Amino acid sequence: MSHQNINSLHLDVLKEIGNIGASHAATALSDLLSKKIEMRVPKVEMITFNEMMELAGGPEKVVVGIYLRIEGDLEGSMFFILPVEQANRFIQRLLQDDQFDFRNNASELGMSAMQEMGNILSGSYLSALSDFLRLKVYPTVPGLSIDMFGAIISIGLIEISRVSDYVIVINTSISEEGLEDTEMKGHFLLLPDPESFNVIFNALGVG
Amino acid sequence: MFSPNTGKVVKVGIAQMDVVKSPDTIRTSGLGSCVGVVIYDESKKIAGLVHVMLPDSSLSRTETINKAKFADTGIEALIEMLQREGVQKFRLKAKIAGGAQMFKFASDNDTMRIGPRYVEAVKKELKKYGIPIVAEDTGGNSGRTIEFDPDTSKLMIRTVNQGVSEI
Repeated sequence: MSHQNINSLHLDVLKEIGNIGASHAATALSDLLSKKIEMRVPKVEMITFNEMMELAGGPEKVVVGIYLRIEGDLEGSMFFILPVEQANRFIQRLLQDDQFDFRNNASELGMSAMQEMGNILSGSYLSALSDFLRLKVYPTVPGLSIDMFGAIISIGLIEISRVSDYVIVINTSISEEGLEDTEMKGHFLLLPDPESFNVIFNALGVG
Repeated sequence: MFSPNTGKVVKVGIAQMDVVKSPDTIRTSGLGSCVGVVIYDESKKIAGLVHVMLPDSSLSRTETINKAKFADTGIEALIEMLQREGVQKFRLKAKIAGGAQMFKFASDNDTMRIGPRYVEAVKKELKKYGIPIVAEDTGGNSGRTIEFDPDTSKLMIRTVNQGVSEI
């Protein structure tokens, strides 16, 4: 299916996938941190690569990024992007160490805690998605990078760029209780490979 | 972002290209595994920049090709653009940056090791046109923002951890 043939019903289905996946991940995060996490209604957008680069504060914005590839019946890329300040607070809370800072000699322990957080959250997102769609989904071990958003996200665009100049992104933002109205938002970004949209729609009988 | 300059900064996005003349400068932001290729004429103070995403247009499965997306078609199209500005091919030189591996993975998955392959593809194309690579800052694990000043032929490179450098 080419991107042009995607209608509003399809977009609703993709939104629902974001909703189910991210709400499980947000619950897992909330349990991990013993802290209330608010989740926004997912946004599904078909955008250009350059619009994608602007998504989390622009291509040069420094973020903490977790990336993994999804393999199996469904293929694609998944990112968990956090503003550095937010990632710092999460890891500080997890390690009970209020000095931890990703920008300043981040400890091995903090880095592996972040990696593990990425593991847990992406695992809960994808297992919820797999149950819902009744499809086999195998995530790769997540990688961690603290760098410019553009440099991080472009790895997910490269695979898609072979077949398209557009990307369909399922974007769910999360924030901590009390910070909902600030720019302090984390993002779960799911970028299915173009060939996988048919798989999703067929699994739900809207092909 | 870099040095004070009287001209404007022309921004080039991912899979895009453009050409500038001094005093303007040309920039692309947030290069990861992609490669930024600057081709310039020192005497005419004209420079072009292409931000390539894929090594080879034969990988494309789209009906229409965005030339700036691929190393082969992108470099070819950029040279044509420069020639339309009146530069002669034999005067052209290049500086390149990017091709990082942003994530370290245990697996051998091909998509994870694209950076070095992209740099090779770019070098091969430049060699084809006989354009010498005067300087490069490629590989590593860091994202880069680059800006070229055709007046000085300097390429400024900013990374998150190493600050600003110049090649």
